[in-house]
Amino acid sequence: MLRQGSLGQRVATAGALLASLMALPAISYMLTAGLRARYLIEWNLPFGSCELALDPLTLIFLIPIFLVFAAGSLYACGYWPASSKPASEPPLTFFYGLLAAAMAMVVVSRNGALLVMSWEVMALSGYFLMSAEHTDPEVGKAGLVYLVASHLGAASLLVLFSLLAGATGSFLFPAAGSLHVSSSLAAILFFAALLGFGSKAGIMPLHIWLPSAHANAPSHVSAILSGVMLKMGIYGILRVITFFPERPLWWGELLVVAGLVSALMGICIASAQKDIKRLLAYSSIENLGLITAGIGAALYGEATGSSRLAYLGMAGALFHILNHGMFKPLLFFGAGSVMHATGTREMDRMGGLSSRMPWSTLLSLAGAVAICGLPPFNGFASEFLLYLGFFGEARSSQPLLALGAPVLALVGGVAVISLVKLFGITFLGAPRSEGAAHSHESPASMLVPMGVLAGLSLVGGIFPQLFLSLVNPVVGALALGAPAGYAAPVRPIALTAAGAALPLLAGAIFLVLKRRELASPRATGPTWGCGYLAPAPRIQYTASSFGQLMGSLSTPLIRSRTSRGTVAGVAPVEASFRYQPEETLLGKVAMPALRGAATVSAFIRRLQHGEVQIYMLYIFATLFVLLLSVR
Amino acid sequence: MSSLADQLLVLCLLINFAVLGTSRLAFSVRAVALQGVLLGVLPALVHPFSWHLALIVVSIMAVKGAVIPALIINAIKRAEIQREFVPFIGYIPSLVLGALLTSLAFIFAAKLPLAPEHAGLLVVPASLATLMSGFLVLMGRRKAISQVIGYLLMENGIFIFGLLLADAMPVMVEAGALLDLLVGVFVMGIVINHISREFSTLDTSRLSALREE
Repeated sequence: MLRQGSLGQRVATAGALLASLMALPAISYMLTAGLRARYLIEWNLPFGSCELALDPLTLIFLIPIFLVFAAGSLYACGYWPASSKPASEPPLTFFYGLLAAAMAMVVVSRNGALLVMSWEVMALSGYFLMSAEHTDPEVGKAGLVYLVASHLGAASLLVLFSLLAGATGSFLFPAAGSLHVSSSLAAILFFAALLGFGSKAGIMPLHIWLPSAHANAPSHVSAILSGVMLKMGIYGILRVITFFPERPLWWGELLVVAGLVSALMGICIASAQKDIKRLLAYSSIENLGLITAGIGAALYGEATGSSRLAYLGMAGALFHILNHGMFKPLLFFGAGSVMHATGTREMDRMGGLSSRMPWSTLLSLAGAVAICGLPPFNGFASEFLLYLGFFGEARSSQPLLALGAPVLALVGGVAVISLVKLFGITFLGAPRSEGAAHSHESPASMLVPMGVLAGLSLVGGIFPQLFLSLVNPVVGALALGAPAGYAAPVRPIALTAAGAALPLLAGAIFLVLKRRELASPRATGPTWGCGYLAPAPRIQYTASSFGQLMGSLSTPLIRSRTSRGTVAGVAPVEASFRYQPEETLLGKVAMPALRGAATVSAFIRRLQHGEVQIYMLYIFATLFVLLLSVR
Repeated sequence: MSSLADQLLVLCLLINFAVLGTSRLAFSVRAVALQGVLLGVLPALVHPFSWHLALIVVSIMAVKGAVIPALIINAIKRAEIQREFVPFIGYIPSLVLGALLTSLAFIFAAKLPLAPEHAGLLVVPASLATLMSGFLVLMGRRKAISQVIGYLLMENGIFIFGLLLADAMPVMVEAGALLDLLVGVFVMGIVINHISREFSTLDTSRLSALREE
């Protein structure tokens, strides 16, 4: 499996696999046994002692880091081998490891300054990873937007941790529930955390950097960015929330609304995409929105004294974090395999890959089913907890939150449309281009990580109690109004039964239909030939035609810019049609704002002159002003 | 402070104008060297005799008056340039600005919160004026050698200020400062040689290609 990689890549991959093999059992053991650990590193930093700690909240976030890092490293041996990408492979391998290390450091550090430093290392390694193909101007532009957004978020974090240090007297994190500050300062801290960490988590409207960054990165990088790095934002929000002894009701309400809005808008925009990785990136926004909404629901439950809602919201959110860390990398790996085979990211140029890449097809199907929240995969289990939480509110005294349930259902429905489009257009039908027709199955080094992730997704769907036993200690430790021994109102065996029943039902229906089909007369033709005499692959449904209904409903969010030649007369000349989905928020609000900022700051750029003499003038002017101001 | 020391400081100020007003590099270097020698004498006049002081005086005169000028003259000969042709700030404007800054230096010196025994001396204004003349040369000239001369002038200004503290200053600090200066000039000499070899010009304004676009 490692044959294709260079020596460095092989060593790095072996190290990553070894680290994960050692870390994951240890993490699971510590979580289930309820162990904690603290380390104090002797480090003469001016920010106080450098403290690291492992508590349940940290441990649960370490799981996706180690899982996706190892899977991605192995995948890279086949996907980005040194033999075909000699220039960009070494930096990519290096920064991949650095990114994972920095993320692990972010979650274990208990010192604000250390966290911000690790955060910056994480953000910058992410930048170098995603701009691996920096000669492409689109990649350069995406990288710039990412860098600006990341720095704005980091600025907000600086505000957060300086205020926190001002309130507690040191950069060390206050113990859980021990930060007693005025409600206005608490609100400022919460907003700073929401801006700083939320921009990394891609909560709308702080998501503008996310789609192009994740779409333009190499696929194993997208997998770790999407599957893990976004969760760091969620970790930060959760960590800051635990500082406060009590959390006002409006925090929960804000998070629920922000989460549901991101989920709905994210998936609606995803449904109109034609770029396979952009679709997945927008679906990440949806999933992170679901997680945020779950956390918000837990806070809401805590503030209103509903331990049922608090448990279901938090357990659903944390469970979904684990799950999204499995099926999203799986889907990105699948997209990477497809791109590896066809050389394009446009779904309209794919098609018919299922016969040429059977394993990739099967594993991508597993990922797609999981992300839609359908049994028997793990997405079903976690989303079901969220549904239950929101739905159960219908019987409470203020049933407003129950409105979240139909929104979740809508999100789930649109997700099915989007993923059916992704899977159907990419893998089914007849090949739409030369690249698709000459595609080939991926090497084992790419299929094995996908298989592992798909297997874990299946296990999580059929035996959710396994994952819930990892999640429950965290819910207990966060103690957001859910007592430690609180059990889910639904027995895990029911989820197992549902997970098993639905595929059985589907299988039974399939067999009945198959029998009926065998009994009736058969005609063979190309897929979607629609009875034409000489069908060409071009007459198949395209991604855009499949998503047109959904696209027409979400025009306020995303609009397709189309250009077509005129078709006139009896024998029209050759004409062409092209379209480009354009996100309204990005194109109409964010980019003009950024351009405005660039114009305003153009004069600062003029200060950077390049002439030694002018720099001397700056120094002299400073000296002069200082001397003038002596009194 | 003796009147002889004051007269020497006035001479230093006049040398500033000489450097500001000339286009000939060799003349500038000699003027700065002369200034260095004058400054080397000054501590002996201001402070009572001691071996420490004697050592400082001798080494300063040797380095500022002989070693550094020799290095620069050598660089000028090797780079084969005698004049600074089109400076950013012309010679007449340089002189006018120099006069303006010298008079401002007196105003600044009056405003600075000095120790009572140092107030009213010529040392502080002379130091500020020389420092600012050095800045003027650094800002106004193109050639790398002129930059070195401006740098030396600035260093002389700082040295004059240090006169106030000479008896409090341990010999190691003095020696360290001198060594720094020597190494600085040495490095600049090497850089100058490399610049002239690579680009066949010593015009530092051509070096702006390295800036970020």
